[in-house]
Amino acid sequence: MRVLVPVKRVIDYNVKIRVKPDGSGVDMANVKMSMNPFDEIAIEEAVRLKEKGQITEVIAVSVGPAQAQETIRTALAIGADRGILVTQEGAEPLAVAKLLKALVEKEGAELVILGKQAIDDDSNQTGQMLAALLGWGQATFASKVELGDGKITVTREVDGGLETDELKLPAIVTTDLRLNEPRYASLPNIMKAKKKQLDTVSAADLGVDATPRLKTLKVVEPPKRGAGVKVASVQELVDKLKNEAKVI
Amino acid sequence: MPTYTAPLDNFRFVLNDVLQVGDVFARLGLTEATPDLLDAVIEEAGKFCENEIQPLNLSGDTDGCTFENGVVRTPKGFKEAYDKFREGGWIGLTADPAYGGQGLPHTVSSVLDEMVSAANTSFGMYPGLSGGAYRAISQHGSQEQKDLYLPQLTDGIWSGTMCLTEPQCGTDLGLIRTKAVPDGDGTYKVTGTKIFISAGEHDLTENIIHLVLARLPEAPAGIRGISLFIVPKFLPRAENGATVAGPRNAIACGSIEHKMGIRASSTCVMNLDDATGWLIGEPNKGMRAMFTMMNAARLGVAIQGLGLAEVAYQNALAYAKDRIQGRALTGAQALDKAADPIIVHPDVRKNLLTVKSFVEGARALGLWVSLQLDIEEHATDPKEREAANDLLALMTPILKSYFTDAGFEATNTSMQVWGGHGYIHENGVEQFVRDARITQIYEGANGVQALDLVGRKLPANMGRSLRRFFHPVAHFLEENQTDAELGEFVSPLAKAFGKLQQATGFIAQKGLVNPNEAAAASSSYLRMFALVAIGFMWARMAKVAKARAAESGVRAAFYDSKVKTARFFMTKILPETEQHFRAIMAGAKPLMDFGVEEF
Repeated sequence: MRVLVPVKRVIDYNVKIRVKPDGSGVDMANVKMSMNPFDEIAIEEAVRLKEKGQITEVIAVSVGPAQAQETIRTALAIGADRGILVTQEGAEPLAVAKLLKALVEKEGAELVILGKQAIDDDSNQTGQMLAALLGWGQATFASKVELGDGKITVTREVDGGLETDELKLPAIVTTDLRLNEPRYASLPNIMKAKKKQLDTVSAADLGVDATPRLKTLKVVEPPKRGAGVKVASVQELVDKLKNEAKVI
Repeated sequence: MPTYTAPLDNFRFVLNDVLQVGDVFARLGLTEATPDLLDAVIEEAGKFCENEIQPLNLSGDTDGCTFENGVVRTPKGFKEAYDKFREGGWIGLTADPAYGGQGLPHTVSSVLDEMVSAANTSFGMYPGLSGGAYRAISQHGSQEQKDLYLPQLTDGIWSGTMCLTEPQCGTDLGLIRTKAVPDGDGTYKVTGTKIFISAGEHDLTENIIHLVLARLPEAPAGIRGISLFIVPKFLPRAENGATVAGPRNAIACGSIEHKMGIRASSTCVMNLDDATGWLIGEPNKGMRAMFTMMNAARLGVAIQGLGLAEVAYQNALAYAKDRIQGRALTGAQALDKAADPIIVHPDVRKNLLTVKSFVEGARALGLWVSLQLDIEEHATDPKEREAANDLLALMTPILKSYFTDAGFEATNTSMQVWGGHGYIHENGVEQFVRDARITQIYEGANGVQALDLVGRKLPANMGRSLRRFFHPVAHFLEENQTDAELGEFVSPLAKAFGKLQQATGFIAQKGLVNPNEAAAASSSYLRMFALVAIGFMWARMAKVAKARAAESGVRAAFYDSKVKTARFFMTKILPETEQHFRAIMAGAKPLMDFGVEEF
């Protein structure tokens, strides 16, 4: 069984994001870029399934600029077998889902494991849209995945606790933080990753129109938190929580 | 708790912009070592150092190693971190692919060494010593010895040591007493006591391969009667086609030292009592084999000094930006705060920049010298190999001594930025000072390095080694002397270089008549040499940074900071050469005039 894992190149989670002075977007100049952390978890999970002998091939896919090849190489160093870069900058979730659908069909993948969202735009849409486009079942926010015969059992983190779903394959799974702890790429695997196959295709090759449909009006920094106040007594605190904040 | 972030941009700058190692490696036929691969390697190694090794640094210092019934235990977490490091394949970074290594350039290994030392110097001792044992066996061992030990040392499942020092002999290895007696079956029975053996006993690996200096019966007295032996903790045994640790050998740890620093590195007394050993290399030629280990180890120690300076700087800088105290002398700057961050004060800046300009300059110099290791190993032209070897031999004592002296000063200066809080153990800054202190002492005390420089390296090959450094500097100065843009870097370098040449002539001449003259000047001369070498790197970096800043708008601030740091070094640090020059020219008399009773 072939598994497709999309990986997105995003601003590194350690970087303090700055909004451009003209409000047109986030300042991307000279900032460190890395693989979206949820996607790292997705790759790790796919590689573990392969190590257990349950799947035969892990394909890492990225939709992005040429530099996203580095992100794919990172996935290959963790253990993905080959990579595909779709050279398309600024693709929105729906376009990404369409591109992935085309690749799923082309490659004959039966399982797609995605990060639940990317930490740059926090859209949390691609997996769900892909499931709809393919007409496959979906289990989002996975914290445990068990692959069975023609089915997959996924434990999901939902507001009330944990929910366990069984899906028929083919299926879509999106990962939550607690699914696994991604490994460090080993030195031999970093070196092997360089020799693994990495193909490049364009949106046009896949017959997808990836033109953005959304218009960004303005990007602003979140409001700064105001200073706190000191209260004189527990009584005053309780009073404020009750009457001012109205939380108790 | 101190933090560490691998300075990836600075590594990239030196490797790609200044040294252009990608071109060098391609020319040397190291086709795998492309810039993008090296970048991926360094980044992943950096992540490992930041997240797995650094968090164990302070706790490792607090807990230290323990010794009970002959068993040494490393601090909590070390075994797990070592296993991960080993499984990551990092120990075999430069090792021969034939033995399971990755065959990557030594230059990359120097980058890894710096990150490991910065993150946790004690931790780095264990794989570091294995590297020394690997080199000695690979260069001097028989094919059988290589096949037996190198795969295990490359993998890291076994580790190595260097057993030189004995209670009565440190610097002067001619005094060694440990005996090796042929056993008739090709092995030897080795008996004696070795002290200060780093990683001599620990719980990280399945076996420990000791390389032991000892004397054969009837061996000539002194240094010409020393042989090198492999003495494994467990005798290797074949089992199902694999080499495993077999019966226990008669080499045991008697105690561990309680030290000022690197407290998570076990420093052992090793007792050998008819331990089984195998001769490595030729009888009585042990020193030659040992020097293979020691030269590499000296560069390794230099890099420890550098790594500690880097991590101390990072933490001093963070503190200087965060700690508010007093107001800027020219008027308050942080009006929303009760006081200004201390980085506004000129003297705090001087402290920070002294460290920054050392670390970045020394990093460039260290990697330039490390690159010679790769050229020496892989160049097809024997002349080029010879040139690389000469430069390495010349620069090794300079790097070992200066990087550790200045590295120690850098940790101390960084601690000063922290004020009283730097003196408190839990803040982790004073540990850097204590850890750095040993680097000035071990692998040949710094005073001995200076003697090596003036006594052996200067006269070597009729001064040819010296010219391997002087020529590139002279060439650079000539090439850039008319560049007005670079004048502020070229002209102070030219002046200091002129004084260095003058001092070299003075020492060569006086030393011929009276060796005490050369020895008395040696440590000042070494410092002067190092400052000129770092000045040379800063002038090169300033030139590259200026060009790059003009080409690319986005990273202008990074390159601009390099130019400013070069300026600081040229105006505030390089003038120290003047003081050393005057001390050298004053000769040996002020030292040698004293009778012993007059001290």
